[in-house]
Amino acid sequence: MHASTKRTCLAGLIAVILLVLAGFVFQHWQTWILFTATKAIGYGLVALGIITLMRGGLVSFGQGLVYCTGAYASGLMATRLGVTDAPVLLVVGMLASALLALIVSPLIARYRGIFFAMLTVALSMVLYGVLVKMNAIGGSDGFTLPEPTFLGWQPSVDYADLALYLLAAVVAVVASTATRLYYDSMAGLVALAVRENELRVEYLGSSVFKVTVRHFTIAGALGGLGGTLNGMALGHIDPLFSFWTTSGEFVFIAVLAGYISVSAVFLSAMILELVRSFSNLYFPETWQLILGGFLIVVIVFLPGGIGSFWERVKEGRAARAQAEQEEGAGS
Amino acid sequence: MSDAAIILEARDVQKRFGAVVAAQDINIKVGLGEKLSLIGANGAGKTTFMNIVTGYLKPDAGSIHFDGLDVTKLNPRQLTRRGVCRSFQIPQLYEPMTALENLLVAIGTSNQAFSLLRPARDAAVLDQGHALLKRFGLEGYAERKVSELPGGVRKLLDIAMALVRRPKVLLLDEPTSGVSVDEKFPLMETVMEALSEEEVTVIFVEHDMEIVTRYSDRVLAFYQGQVIADDDPGEVLADKAVQKYVTGTAKADAVEEEAGA
Ligand SMILES: Nc1ncnc2c1ncn2[C@@H]1O[C@H](COP(=O)(O)OP(=O)(O)OP(=O)(O)O)[C@@H](O)[C@H]1O
Ligand SMILES: [Mg+2]
Repeated sequence: MHASTKRTCLAGLIAVILLVLAGFVFQHWQTWILFTATKAIGYGLVALGIITLMRGGLVSFGQGLVYCTGAYASGLMATRLGVTDAPVLLVVGMLASALLALIVSPLIARYRGIFFAMLTVALSMVLYGVLVKMNAIGGSDGFTLPEPTFLGWQPSVDYADLALYLLAAVVAVVASTATRLYYDSMAGLVALAVRENELRVEYLGSSVFKVTVRHFTIAGALGGLGGTLNGMALGHIDPLFSFWTTSGEFVFIAVLAGYISVSAVFLSAMILELVRSFSNLYFPETWQLILGGFLIVVIVFLPGGIGSFWERVKEGRAARAQAEQEEGAGS
Repeated sequence: MSDAAIILEARDVQKRFGAVVAAQDINIKVGLGEKLSLIGANGAGKTTFMNIVTGYLKPDAGSIHFDGLDVTKLNPRQLTRRGVCRSFQIPQLYEPMTALENLLVAIGTSNQAFSLLRPARDAAVLDQGHALLKRFGLEGYAERKVSELPGGVRKLLDIAMALVRRPKVLLLDEPTSGVSVDEKFPLMETVMEALSEEEVTVIFVEHDMEIVTRYSDRVLAFYQGQVIADDDPGEVLADKAVQKYVTGTAKADAVEEEAGA
């Protein structure tokens, strides 16, 4: 195995251990954090998909489409077929959304920029419209999900949040590690080149269309995981999962995080969730104001998102070292 | 020249942009291994010819044949894969990336089978990138962002990227433009030196007649989308029409005619 691959996997392993330990700490201290973190992971997974698209030069404003598809596919599996096993449901949600994304991607992969973004919104709104009309599966009220089980184990009420959080943490780390490995691969570098100059990519013999299809499908899989996870966390799903404001939050998280760091996505999602909870509690109706202000600050001072912070620090250090060296050479 | 040795052929190629004739009755056969230069004033249709050959533009009529196959309907990606590669008048680089990374992208696109599994900074890939930089004398620029690099370096990098696929036909659009006069020769020397390791047919656009004479064994002169001369450099540069419309060495006549029109 390549050294950088080993390093990425090791980082993933450490992250899992830390997140699991944190889970047990919070279980005995502040249980509500676990529920918030699980939701943040769900959101973060969807945003990770947007970041993958961003690396290929595109933004989707309609990831609610795959988020909702994942939630409904796994939710129906649970309510109609009685499958309550969370890992199984996650796989079902992921595959359903990835498949939908794969099917629609040839249609939208020919478009760029705002047209691509708006087409994704349009698709998610079509899904919303269809679900609202489908009374057989709850219409606009949606439906309630049974408590998930974990490989046959049904945790007691006290431990339900912890169990789901632990699963979410593992899923988040596995998904992030796989995504990171992809970003650092040859194919990932070519995808980044698509963002900079599509013409040249074609003139090097690579297909921009294929990169877009691949990214939209990956984003679909991640969206499906996120939707399934949040369905289980909330215990209830409804067509709002596909509403454009939901999609907007995913874009918010992605822009706040930037596309450099994978873990920044989850940090950014956690910030969103915490600000939302605290503002609701102490300053009702102000969370949009706080988050809006925060986003402005990040865009102005860290245009690469919070994930670019370390890179900035490193660059600054390198620049200073070089300046010192030149000064030394000059004297 | 026997047909077996023809690598590229344009047959009756026509292209208009509204009222502008960018290619008219273009009939060219290029032999394997030839070093062909294209000359012509601004807007004569040189870049258009390259765009048509590489599938970026579709001709209004006529066809392009490569290695015995009609490739008129293929796109740049398909032609690149078959071995028709190009550089650009304005280098098409990945600006925020380093010179080495630009080459890694080019290498990545040429080994797609394992590109998902292979880290971009795999030792073998890095070696290939460094070797290519070295071949163009660019070792010192490996870790520099290309947006900060001087014009000549950008030109060389653009050409190096086009070479990764080991093309059979390489089209270079003005390899020496955008650098100072005394840099032109060394630049072209580096390019030709680097290409000498390949069995590649080279077609390049050039405005400097000394470079044309030195580095090509055949010259095509373009004027208003037409090829007005096609011969070895000595003959083409001595041609009256070429002197009048291309090189400007018969300026007095041209001015007279314009005044008369
Ligand atoms: N995509 C296009 N749309 C409209 N007109 C075009 C297009 N491409 C080229 N032309 C026109 O076709 C003519 C030939 O252009 P071309 O770029 O081939 O010239 P050139 O010989 O490469 O000139 P230069 O030396 O300036 O690069 C010009 O009049 C140009 O304006
Ligand atoms: Mg040109």
